[in-house]
This record gives sequence, C-alpha cells and structure tokens, in this order.
Amino acid sequence: MTPSSTVRTAGGRASGPLDVDALLADPGLEIVVCCGSGGVGKTTTSAALALRAASQGRRVCVLTIDPARRLAQSLGLTELDNTPRPVDGVGADGGSLDAMMLDMKRTFDEVVEAHASPQKAAQILANPFYQALSSSFAGTQEYMAMEKLGQLHAEAIADAEHPRWDLIVVDTPPSRSALDFLDAPERLASLLDGRLLRLLLAPARGPARLFSAGFGMVTSALGKVLGAQVLRDVQTFVSAFDALFGGFRARAEATFALLQDSGTAFLVIAAPERDAMREASYFVDRLSQDRMPLAGLVVNRMTTPRADLDPDDALAAARVLRRTNGSEPAPDAEANGRGDDAREPEDPAIVRRRRGANDDVVAALLDVHVEQARICARERRTVRGFTQAHPRVRVAEVPSLPTDVHDLAGLRRVGELLAASTR
Amino acid sequence: MAGQTRMHVVTGKGGTGKSTVAAALAVGLAAQGCKVLLCEVEGRQGIAQIFDVAPLPYEERQVAALDDGAVYALAIDAEEALLEYLAMFYRLGRAGKALDRFGVIDFATTIAPGVRDVLLTGKVYEAVRRRDDDGDPVYDAVVLDAPPTGRIARFLNVNAEVAGLAKVGPIHRQADSIMTLMRSRRTRVHLVTLLEEMPVQETLDAVDELTAAELRIGTLIVNQVHPAVFDDDEIERISNGGLTAASVRRTLRSAGLDLDGGQAQALLDEGRERIERMRLQAAQRALLDDAGAPVVELPAVSEGIDLAQLLSLGETLAEALP
Repeated sequence: MTPSSTVRTAGGRASGPLDVDALLADPGLEIVVCCGSGGVGKTTTSAALALRAASQGRRVCVLTIDPARRLAQSLGLTELDNTPRPVDGVGADGGSLDAMMLDMKRTFDEVVEAHASPQKAAQILANPFYQALSSSFAGTQEYMAMEKLGQLHAEAIADAEHPRWDLIVVDTPPSRSALDFLDAPERLASLLDGRLLRLLLAPARGPARLFSAGFGMVTSALGKVLGAQVLRDVQTFVSAFDALFGGFRARAEATFALLQDSGTAFLVIAAPERDAMREASYFVDRLSQDRMPLAGLVVNRMTTPRADLDPDDALAAARVLRRTNGSEPAPDAEANGRGDDAREPEDPAIVRRRRGANDDVVAALLDVHVEQARICARERRTVRGFTQAHPRVRVAEVPSLPTDVHDLAGLRRVGELLAASTR
Repeated sequence: MAGQTRMHVVTGKGGTGKSTVAAALAVGLAAQGCKVLLCEVEGRQGIAQIFDVAPLPYEERQVAALDDGAVYALAIDAEEALLEYLAMFYRLGRAGKALDRFGVIDFATTIAPGVRDVLLTGKVYEAVRRRDDDGDPVYDAVVLDAPPTGRIARFLNVNAEVAGLAKVGPIHRQADSIMTLMRSRRTRVHLVTLLEEMPVQETLDAVDELTAAELRIGTLIVNQVHPAVFDDDEIERISNGGLTAASVRRTLRSAGLDLDGGQAQALLDEGRERIERMRLQAAQRALLDDAGAPVVELPAVSEGIDLAQLLSLGETLAEALP
C-alpha cells in the first residue's frame, strides 16, 4: 500500500491479485456471493470455493442454483429437497461442506406456509395466479435465492455457541444481467406490496372513494387483456395473500442489509469476453453505489499458452519451414511475378532431401501456439480494460480447463487455480 | 430463398453467439434478395451493437442494405407491444398510457409471464403476416433472436403457457393463432451451439422439448469452429511420443528459431492439448449428428464482427437451411 493509495491517479494503480485463501481464512467472513452474467462458470466457482474453504477448516454451506447435472451428482445433490445435505468425504481441520440446490417454487410455498394460517396457505397454493407467479415470474428465482440465503444465515447463527455453518457461499441465478440478482427481489416486493394489487382488492373491502374512474378503467383493461377469470384469480390471490404483504418487502430489505454487512463479500465472476466483462463492470459500479462489499473479480477460462514464445517469431519460423518443403512459394518467386505454375516442377527426391521430415508437423505446432498467443493477448486486453477502469478491484485469473468440471477432483483443481493467482 | 420458411427462430445457450448468428442469417437471406425483419425480444440492444447503429426504438428500422435485399431490425418491448395491442384491439390509445400510473402495464407484462411472451411473439406473428396494398407479404422472412435454449420451448409454446392463466378471452385467442403459425411448415427453430459439453447437452434437451411441443427443428448451427490443424498421421506422432522435444528443437533450429528443451516440450504439450480438444469436439459433434437434424458449421471469427463477416457467415447459413 502506498500512502497515496486513496488518491486515484489518471492511469490508476494496477489491480493487485485477489488472495482467495486469505479471504476464506478470514473468520469475520460469513457470506460469499458469486455474481456475474450467465454462462461464465458461477456455479463451478461457488462450489470450488466452498470445497476449498471446507478443506481449510470452515464449516461451509453452498447454495447452488441450477447446477449442471453431473456437477450436482458429484455434490450428492440427487434430490431436490431444498435443504442442505452433507457432502461426504469433504473437509479437513474440523471443516465440512453441506450443499443444496435452490427449488424456487418450494421456497415460495414454504414462505407462504410459514406466514399464513393453514387454511389461507392452502387457498394460496391452489390459486392459478399464485402458481404462475411462483414458478415462472421473472424475478421469483432471484427473490427466493435471497429468501433462502436469509433463512440459511438465520439457521447458521441460531446457536451462537455452536453455529451449524460459519460460511455460506451463494451462487446466483443464471440471468442475462448480473444486476438482476439485486433488482429482482425489489421488483417482486413492489408487485406484492404494490398499489395495483391493493386496488384490485378494493372492491372486496374498500370504501367507495376508491371506485374512481381510474379504477374502472384499470379493471376493464385488465379484464379485456387477461379475461375476467384471470382477474378473479388475482383478486382471490390478493385477498388470501393480504396478511403476507409487507412481510415480503421487510424480508427482502433485511437480506439486502445482510448483503451490505461487512461479513459479506461479493465476488464478480466473468469470462474474458467483451460482454461478460461489461456486465462485470456494471455490477462493480452498482455494488459501490449500493455500498456492498466487493472482494474482487474472478476471470474464468483464461487462455494460457504453455510455451513462452513470441507469436511473431513463431509465425516467421512456421513460414520458413513451409517454404523449405515447398508448401509455400518462396517470396522471390512471387516478387518476380512468377507463381508456382511458372516454376519447373522439382524432382521429389531433391525436395525430400532438402526438407526435414518434421517440418510440416512442427509448423502446425507453431500455428497452434500462434493462435493461442493471439487469443491470450486479446483476452488480456479485455481484462486490462476492466482493471484500468477499476484500478482497486483485485483480480484472480483462472486458466481454461480442457474439459468441463463435474467431480470433486475437478472442483479441487479449480480451487487450487483460484488460489494460485497470488503465488 | 431458403425454402418455404418465412419465420426463422434462432436460439442457443448463452455465450454461443446466437445473436450474431441470427444477424448473420438475416444478412444472408437479404443477400439472396429477401426483405428481412430481424427481431430481438430481450431488451439487450444486441442488434444495434452488431450492426453498430444507435439503440433501436420500438419501430422497424433498416440496418443493412444489399443488392436487392435489406435487413430491417426491431427491438420488441413487451410494454410497448401491450399498448399497441390495446390500441389495436380496444382503441385504448391515449387511455392506455394512463394505465401506466397504476402499474398495469408492468403487471400484465411481468407478472403473467405467459402474457408477456404472447405479446412478444404476437408482434413477430403480426410482422410475418403483414401484407402490403397489393396483398404481398411485407417481409419475405422474419428472423427472431429468441430467448436462450433453457427458456425457448416455453417461450414458443405460448398457448400452453397461458392455458392455465387465460382460459378464454383475447389473449387466449391470440395465443392460439400464434401457435398455429409456430407449428406450421413456415416456421423453423434453429439451435446455435459450440462443440462443448454443456451447450451440446442443452441443445439436445431443447430439441426434445421443442419436438414434444410440436415445433419444427430447423438446423443445428455449430458456431466458432476452428479448422483442424493436424492430419491423422501428425496426431498419431504427437500423441504417442513419436515426435520428441529434441526433434522439435532441431527442426526449429533449422528454421532459425532457438528454443530450450523446456520450451520445445511446452510447444508439444500445446499440440497435445489441442488434440485432446479436437477429440472432445469430435465426440460432441457425433452427439449432434445423432439428433436427427441437419448440422452446419460456422468458422470462428475474431470479436468485433463487421458486415463483411456477417455476410460470409450468412451466405453459408442461408445455403444450408432447408
């Protein structure tokens, strides 16, 4: 740290590496949230971090959202029962790992059952509008992920002497935008507590002044679009759900406050592509707006050539090799305006004597390296664009793996790679 | 003209490049002389980015012109579509705007997800069926940059989606007409994938789901394919150790490049990893071939795609489509 580190210079300081092990070893850390746009390896990163923390003595619970089938199986997540189950044979130094997969509809049902009388709950669960809302409303998954996180955290700290978990790692829904995780719960809460639903409830109990012209227009428009049956379903839902209103917003706000707590760390996950990095950038800005603690950026699937060889030198050598074996015309032949067809065909024996038996295959090896080096350079530029804009964000780069990760050994490997960026 | 298909739905797992492929297909059809409408429905402004134009409003705008053909683009917005729908069917023009105050628009478009999808696909349906004064179709083809494979069957199967919600009434009728078009011979769903495990698995799952929903699969489009760098004999020599680091070093030295043994071995290792990836890709390709739909491969292009690249990809696509 330089004394002037609080002063941002024009170019910004180069971001330091993210020390994953130091992060996981911090006893003050209670929650890690992995965010980022879909398809960047969030679930794998969450599971790998959780596994690594467990092997370093933390009692961890990992909440995954929609993991790939084989990864889920490797964590013993064969049944969706919406509660954390121990992962066998994992953990060291007193550490352990419990894993669960979010079932959003079931989480919603449980919220209803926990907060309404049995009779009301049954009425709500059977309502067609509720069924649509709980299984497919855009935002329900995000809301229920937060709801579940709140529940797990409450369960973890219930027994202060012997907390069941001392670290919760949360994967977030595979949305188009990383911001959805922060925005969606508010959307659902505003809907459920919103003016419109109150308005629809009005005929059932409200004073006459609510029967304004506006109300008539609203219900008639909704009736026209959705049909009268839907409107009745919604009204039935609203009157049954009435007792739960307010609770939704209160719980969403409580979880939001939990996310702003110093015991929480956000990790933004990205792939070294323009779109994913742009999302990561938006998300980092948003976290600082919402005063949420950012631990750093994880860039998955970095192309990392094994050979340390300048691509221009490799390209030049490949050219020479192809020229000596006749698969590429000598430059002077072209310069003299004489293409291949103008040259005398050479005796194959002479060609064979002059060329090495390995020229072609080594030239191809060089081609592979050149392509890797170019992709690597492009990816580094993309990441550098981010670090220049966010000079204080710490970064961990994870090299791309030849195959998908779908077992504990693979997850351990990813954990090692995550931690290796500081070494 | 690409057969009798008028409506091309393009889907794929996130990260497979489906938006680029949808844009390329639109350009490829336009190059054959079609007037094409390219639609997006997820509010991403992906079309504007690909064609490097300002963000698109809710109106059809020309984004590319080719000899006799042209690509028009439309970013469909569910709320705008609902207002348009109310204006068209109920003459609720200005009054519709007033509904906003009550959050009705938000309610109808986000709360009832089926309704949202009916509004989005309804706009596409209208564009496919639109006629000019002479009774000819306004667009020869409509290309839809659709939601990803995980949501596609649900998105297209709108009447199943609203069945439980709107048993009768205008939305229900609208969903029925959309479904008729979606299931007709004029519509094809193309799936974009990479030769990697998860996208291929999602593609195969989506093929099953779409088929079960009686939607017609068009072409499986394998995106970002790198050309094979080694022939069979070279693969054999690199994999089984026939080619040693020492001989790689000697050959490189003959070409004027001096590497130490470790670097020569690293080059060989890069080659081995590439071969491993080629094998994995071949296995994934075999899975796609067994899915019972035509497969077409598109070459990898660098990021920051331009119109010339779209055209070259598009021509490959437009020729391959049934």
